[in-house]
Amino acid sequence: MKVLIANGYVIDPSQSINGGKNLLLEDGRVTGFLDRGDQYPDGVEVFDATGLVVAPGFIDLHTHLREPGAEYKETIASGAAAAVAGGWTTVCSMPNTDPVNDSPAVTRFIIEQAKRAQLANVFPLGALTKGSDGKELAEMGEMKNAGIVAVSDDGRPVPGAGTMRRAMEYARGFDLTVVDHAQDGSLSVGGAMHEGHWSLVLGLRGIPAAAEDLHVIRDCVLAELTGASVHIAHVSTRGSVEAVRRAKEKGISITCEVAPHHWTLTDDAVADYDTNTKMSPPLRSQDHVEALLEGLRDGTIDAIATDHAPHHADEKGLEFDQAPFGIIGLETAVGLAFDLVNKGLIDLGRLVGLCSTNPARVFSLADRGTLAKNAHADITILDPAHEWIFDVNASKSKSRNTPFHGRTMTGAAVATIVGGKLVYLNPDYGRITDTRQRNASAK
Amino acid sequence: MNFNRKHLLGIRELEAGEITHLLDTAETFREISKRDIKKVPALRGRTVINLFFEPSTRTRTSFEIAAKRLSADAVNVSVSTSSVSKGETLLDTARNLEAMSPDCIVVRHSMAGAPQQLARMGNAPIVNAGDGSHEHPTQALLDALTIREYKGRIEGLKVAIIGDVLHSRVARSNMHLLTKLGATVSVAGPGTMVPAEFGEFVETGLRVERRIEDAIEGADVVMVLRIQRERQDNAFFPSMREYAVHYGLRPKHLERAAPDAIVMHPGPINRGIEIASEIADGSSSLILDQVTNGVAVRMAVLYLLAGGSHAEVDVDKNELVRNQTASGRENKG
Repeated sequence: MKVLIANGYVIDPSQSINGGKNLLLEDGRVTGFLDRGDQYPDGVEVFDATGLVVAPGFIDLHTHLREPGAEYKETIASGAAAAVAGGWTTVCSMPNTDPVNDSPAVTRFIIEQAKRAQLANVFPLGALTKGSDGKELAEMGEMKNAGIVAVSDDGRPVPGAGTMRRAMEYARGFDLTVVDHAQDGSLSVGGAMHEGHWSLVLGLRGIPAAAEDLHVIRDCVLAELTGASVHIAHVSTRGSVEAVRRAKEKGISITCEVAPHHWTLTDDAVADYDTNTKMSPPLRSQDHVEALLEGLRDGTIDAIATDHAPHHADEKGLEFDQAPFGIIGLETAVGLAFDLVNKGLIDLGRLVGLCSTNPARVFSLADRGTLAKNAHADITILDPAHEWIFDVNASKSKSRNTPFHGRTMTGAAVATIVGGKLVYLNPDYGRITDTRQRNASAK
Repeated sequence: MNFNRKHLLGIRELEAGEITHLLDTAETFREISKRDIKKVPALRGRTVINLFFEPSTRTRTSFEIAAKRLSADAVNVSVSTSSVSKGETLLDTARNLEAMSPDCIVVRHSMAGAPQQLARMGNAPIVNAGDGSHEHPTQALLDALTIREYKGRIEGLKVAIIGDVLHSRVARSNMHLLTKLGATVSVAGPGTMVPAEFGEFVETGLRVERRIEDAIEGADVVMVLRIQRERQDNAFFPSMREYAVHYGLRPKHLERAAPDAIVMHPGPINRGIEIASEIADGSSSLILDQVTNGVAVRMAVLYLLAGGSHAEVDVDKNELVRNQTASGRENKG
């Protein structure tokens, strides 16, 4: 099956491509580019991307699908549907399911469920330690054979530097990136929000920035010691960004991601005790946000990741202290990333780099995050001018926990192609396929 | 200025005029508690639910007496938070209570923000009777009423707050209220419980001192906070003994205060720990006056939120004045 994405503006930082081109896909792979004037090949299905940006498929390094164990919050199928609706062709799912993904059996189950859904690619992360309890190493090699792309004890940060060191040394043998939710539990214990002015005002126990800084610095030191590839999940503090920047300058193999809510909101959003403003790491103060924006601008931050964390309304309906951490993010991340472009902080090329090119490199995902010949035909089609309002009640996720309901955004992913197949099309963009018919009859 | 809010969730969001109006209203109610027949029909036929997620005898009793002296039907509901965490959400509780059509719900909760969440979920006016470490607005109001009674004003006074400010909802509400009404507040206590960031807690009028002697210097009012043993278990201070020696209020400290300084404590007191017995029982101590004023303040709050009208209370006052005896305590105001 041949597909031509015609008349779009192609941005592919992996090949420094920036311009109007027609993109040809064949049997789930990229065949190459045609110039605008070239004749369409025979038997090709044409998507008309006039006025739209064509990018290599977006890859979310940090997604919580709740299957197995908490299917009432999210299933692999519902999460994958939310992913493609948000422009993500690939999601990397965190292992903190029930049971924890610390064995090849669970890994295989996740991959099977994803295949059944036939929407986004779902690449599981395996646990770093058995049961993610921070003690014995999990069977990384066996899980790698089953299909994991990285290892992490996300949500349950590895407390001991000794364990983390061994995990890094061991993971390196399988070319697995170690992802750390960097947080010193002895400093964050009992905390519900960022420690600062607002935690004092609201009488909530704070999570100091230092809790994150300390573990990021530790991980930089251990990455240097072990030579492992280390990726810091959802950086939220100035100290984290500065530590990663220094480590990169020293040539240490370290990368990091940021989640959209951390640059979009500050801790004053907690003032009404809305549990949809409770996440880990917490929303920080303005000074930290500015450091994140600087990190996005100067390249210290490699990737934008959603940290999509679905929770049921019954759980988020608890007291602020009792409610679980996290918000859904797959369908809002690209819109919030466009804020950065609209404010002139980054250009579109950098946005594509943060959402596709770099994430593919961080987890060494072969033939993804690029439109090079023979790459997987995963494509995200963007409309930078699309004005829309996020309505959580129309979300494909099973959960509704978001602080962004009703937010107006400019810029969106409007069509998502995975493995050469159109898996999502924004209803306002019916013309993409309508025109396909017109083109076919015009020939 | 009137008080036109639907809820009383905290002092932080109130304007100085609103606070003064609440205090003035409370002053008119104080007299009712000194009568032989301590009841006016201001809230006759209205239902007040005291919803307590955290055990409290004193505050609950104070609200209950306040409601009953206004002729409201007061119902006490105690909910153990352990049963709540087993499944019943705050929302379930709110819906259940709404179904009984209360005119006001008084909420005490061990977790900050629960009254705000309930206010969003339901229709009834909510009074925050203390939420976690956040606010305890009626306590600050009764403290202010007590200060006004003895000092005649709040503006221009120097107030010292001593102890575990970090975990104290009483301290937070008082810091807001006193600075809004023009007092200057100095707070002091162990560094673990009085972080320097409190200096910016309010826009102006607040100072953080490391030594309690410095906070008390020249103070017109000294407020002592209760210290809880569980803080020792969590490494906020080494021992009760050390706390008493370094942060307990003793007579020598009061020598540094203004000559006619008054001493307050939200209770219940740990004698010999945060406050020496001779101060707690001494002439400068207003701890029992605070309790008395608590009823008046809570009457005012319930009256303003649960739909009382001035006409009713005035009529009733005239009627009941005839029954009043002269045996009531002298009003010190």
